[in-house]
Amino acid sequence: MDKEPHISQRFDEELNAVHALVLAMGGVVEEQISNAVKALQDADADLAREVVARDHEVNGYEVQIEEECINILAMRQPAAGDLRLVMTLIKSIADLERMGDKASKIADMVLAMGHGTRNANPAFLRDVGVMADYALNMLRRAMDALARADAEQAVAVAKGDEVLNQEYRSALRRLITYMMEDPRTITPAIDALFIAKAIERIGDHARNICEYVIYLAKGKNVRHLPLDEVVKSIQGK
Amino acid sequence: MPEPQKTKISVRHLDFFYGSNHSLRDINLDVPERQVTAFIGPSGCGKSTLLRVFNRMYSLYPGQRATGEVLLDGDNVLALGMDVNLLRAKVGMVFQKPTPFPMSIYDNIAFGIKLYERLRKVEMDERVEQALRQAALWEEVKDKLKTSGLGLSGGQQQRLCIARAVAVKPEVILLDEPTSALDPIATLKIEELVSELRNHFTILIVTHNMQQAARVSDYTAFMYIGEMVEFGPTNQLFTNPSKKQTEDYITGRYG
Repeated sequence: MDKEPHISQRFDEELNAVHALVLAMGGVVEEQISNAVKALQDADADLAREVVARDHEVNGYEVQIEEECINILAMRQPAAGDLRLVMTLIKSIADLERMGDKASKIADMVLAMGHGTRNANPAFLRDVGVMADYALNMLRRAMDALARADAEQAVAVAKGDEVLNQEYRSALRRLITYMMEDPRTITPAIDALFIAKAIERIGDHARNICEYVIYLAKGKNVRHLPLDEVVKSIQGK
Repeated sequence: MPEPQKTKISVRHLDFFYGSNHSLRDINLDVPERQVTAFIGPSGCGKSTLLRVFNRMYSLYPGQRATGEVLLDGDNVLALGMDVNLLRAKVGMVFQKPTPFPMSIYDNIAFGIKLYERLRKVEMDERVEQALRQAALWEEVKDKLKTSGLGLSGGQQQRLCIARAVAVKPEVILLDEPTSALDPIATLKIEELVSELRNHFTILIVTHNMQQAARVSDYTAFMYIGEMVEFGPTNQLFTNPSKKQTEDYITGRYG
């Protein structure tokens, strides 16, 4: 954000440091998701184990960032934009942590399926791959919007969540068709369904972060508002 | 979020001059009744000057003049015919440093009442007790009403001054940095008192302590170099101010 510095240089340093930590946490979560999906597509158990093992790193970020935000609240009593930034960060890390859990869960499923993923219908994996790319892109752009407190980009990313939801629904329809045609596909199709659902949820979390960014930039709480109203409400300011 | 309020004081196009120094510029403001309105801003922004206009305190000093209108329940405080003594009974003031009179606690309160009313001893006792209770001081001083007000602690002295102000049954109370000479506990007691008093009086408070403004007030006015930059509900001003100047000030970005 192009803001003048605080009179207290240390306050600036503290805010910048915790902001940077959240962006770093976003980077780790992005990697976790990307590796989990890669492990699935390549049936790579080692990579899946690595993702599961690394989940504690994401959790560690959450704990540390929360603590530093609490310190800022207690010691600096931030107001206005500073207060909104701290609140945005506190809320964003909860969503990032949940995304990390989804990545870990996908990795768990890869391990549970064993080499079964190799036998999975390539169409399932393709659906999941497309959705994962889309969700990752949402996450990256959401973090970018957070880094710059960019409400316009946040709105654009949040809008994209609808596309991901549609993608999920059509994947669901295709999977049901496979299952009806051939009951032997039921097990892998249900696995694929859980994974697709996890990815769809990642998009929801990215959308949440975008809503916090709109609050950060515009001071308006747009949670639980339909998107066209969000657009209208931020144009007011 | 406070409901829309009845206006107690309307300020219209107020300008103020210390000699040739133009220190308030075109101030417009509606102070809501029985709410706490805080005035914040850097030193020299005119917040204390504005407060001193509301009870014409400034007219004690030569060379200071105000133009425009300050309507208290529709009557222009600045009008030539305004009875300044009556005005000051309606609009009480408490200063930064506690200023008890060098007399007993009882007489500190009774003194002001005697200027406006003739009361029998019993009635006067009641009024003194009532005022001290309203100022949350009664329990601490009820056994030493005849001792000097100067013997009280700073926080107690300040509450004595608030008791003195409420004793004459004003409608508005002006507080000019009432806690800047007090320790944090005494400060919290005064703040608690302010939130109690707002049920009965319209309160205007000037404070350098932004957290205090956030804690005690319903509305906040931010002033800068003689101008009213922003005025609005306190929660809004402290979470999402509409002016960048306000934001910079309350987040500590002013040089």
